[in-house]
Amino acid sequence: MLGQGNKNILVFPTLVGALVVALLLSMCFGAVNISLDEIVSAFGKVYSNAGELTLNERIFMGIRLPRAILCLFVGASLAVGGVLLQALFRNPIVEPGLVGTSSGAAFGAALYFVLGAVFKVNAGEWTLPIAACAGGILSTALVFTLSQSGQSGRSSIVGLLLTGIAINALFMSGVGFLSYIARDPQARSITFWNLGTLSGASWHAVIITGTSTVLCIAVAMRYTKHLNALMIGEEEAQHLGINIRMLKLTVLAVNVVMIAVATAFVGVISFVGLIVPHLLRIINGSDNRFLVRNGALAGAILLSIADLAARMILRPAELPIGIVTSIIGVPVFIILLRRKNYFF
Amino acid sequence: MLSAKNITYSVAGKILLQDVSVDFEPGKFNLIIGPNGAGKSTLVKVLCKQLPVSGNGGVYYGEKNINSMSIGELARVRSVLSQNIELAFPLTVTEVVMMGRYPHFTGKPTQKDSVACEEAMRFFDVYTLSERNYMTLSGGEKQRVHFARVLSQIWFPVPDAFRYLILDEPLTFLDVYYQFDFMHKVTALLKNKDMVVIGVVHDLNLAARFADKVALLHRGKVMAVGDKHSVLTKENIMAAYHLEPVIHYKNEEMYLFF
Repeated sequence: MLGQGNKNILVFPTLVGALVVALLLSMCFGAVNISLDEIVSAFGKVYSNAGELTLNERIFMGIRLPRAILCLFVGASLAVGGVLLQALFRNPIVEPGLVGTSSGAAFGAALYFVLGAVFKVNAGEWTLPIAACAGGILSTALVFTLSQSGQSGRSSIVGLLLTGIAINALFMSGVGFLSYIARDPQARSITFWNLGTLSGASWHAVIITGTSTVLCIAVAMRYTKHLNALMIGEEEAQHLGINIRMLKLTVLAVNVVMIAVATAFVGVISFVGLIVPHLLRIINGSDNRFLVRNGALAGAILLSIADLAARMILRPAELPIGIVTSIIGVPVFIILLRRKNYFF
Repeated sequence: MLSAKNITYSVAGKILLQDVSVDFEPGKFNLIIGPNGAGKSTLVKVLCKQLPVSGNGGVYYGEKNINSMSIGELARVRSVLSQNIELAFPLTVTEVVMMGRYPHFTGKPTQKDSVACEEAMRFFDVYTLSERNYMTLSGGEKQRVHFARVLSQIWFPVPDAFRYLILDEPLTFLDVYYQFDFMHKVTALLKNKDMVVIGVVHDLNLAARFADKVALLHRGKVMAVGDKHSVLTKENIMAAYHLEPVIHYKNEEMYLFF
């Protein structure tokens, strides 16, 4: 692209560098600090299959490393989800949960916490992720189906937005009801899950979330030009040869898979999906080709730092990460929005 | 040539277009006029494949039936300027104009795409704005940026086919100087004999000044079609607009007063 070229060249390597730093920091620091030597030695022993791992090395391989990597994937998913939905809805206040995905997932999780024991439904460590993922997909499907049945049989993007808000309210009141009838420990679980935590990270979670994140972002990259065209309007995008219906379906499908899977393992993490697209637009303009690629990196960095803070602030106890993302994110966001050269 | 043949379109029992047939010819400034609610926008939407062609009607781009063309194929030969474009996010002028080239490349824009953008921007005097944030422009400047965008979309001639430029009320945000400037520039584009230009305008004096062919729509039907002298008559204008014009001639030019 003309003009903005020079700036773009710097943004990508800066983000890659920051990602490496954030990953190293989040591998080293936590309830137990792990030195770089221990990390190198742990990798060496696992690779050559030689020697007993020390306690710290076992903590690193079994807990810290999967958590650090899961953090990257979840952060990338949330940020790219935000980029996609803001572009699809042509609306800067949208976050990835808007089409019902995270409220549905929260409802699925709450159902499990409150009624799981009653109905003796149990799939081991998978029960909660499955319940949450199913809830997220179900509610998004509901939003999409209900928004289709307008008078003309076409679903407008505004209709989708409004239906999303309504269904979100419905599922959140469902979560409220379940918290209300729950016993105290169950209610605490619901609250904690709704604020997000990465403490349950496992290698299974890393593999599943990683697969969905990488595949979904790869698909999203193919539609960035289409989303750009959508910025000047639905009709105008059609005049530029874009099939809006297909675009809408694809972007929603990508978003729901990415967000439902990520949310299933870590709970509801607010604000990352809203703030990252705006941060990048301020730095680098609104071209979705850059927003998707750089958003994945920036989301991963931001969530790594937030998770690090969540582990460090009350060490050895942990804060829910959703609290940290809001405490860091809100002031930064407000300061940036007040800059004179960011227009809406 | 772009031909609408026997177009009928109705929604919820209300007939918006009834048996409309018009040929829009290359190298001519084709203008569609008519009072509010006459069906001008509906006709444009049918021509652009935004509304389906029903019954035994048909829209033909050259020899090709519109139903056999994908919207991607259409977008490479035909560009459309619609009314009231609002951007959802801040973009530079260059980025907006480059959208016109989207039908022509996948991935990154080529040298050819950049050339088309630059030349279209120069043509409409917005090249000096190219690094500006679109959202900080005045209404008239925004409109000219979109002129550049739609022109860049069909900047290069297409082998063995016409290029089509459809303008739906393009003059809304322009002052008198730029209205005339725009009409003169489009007239200059018509030196390209492969260019089919169709415009919807409200100002009958602009139609009287620039149109080579006028189609007057009234209540969903073509009331008159032909050169401006045969269409812009006192009788036709009274029947369509319920206002009696005074038609004045000076230096072969036609002026209408109400």
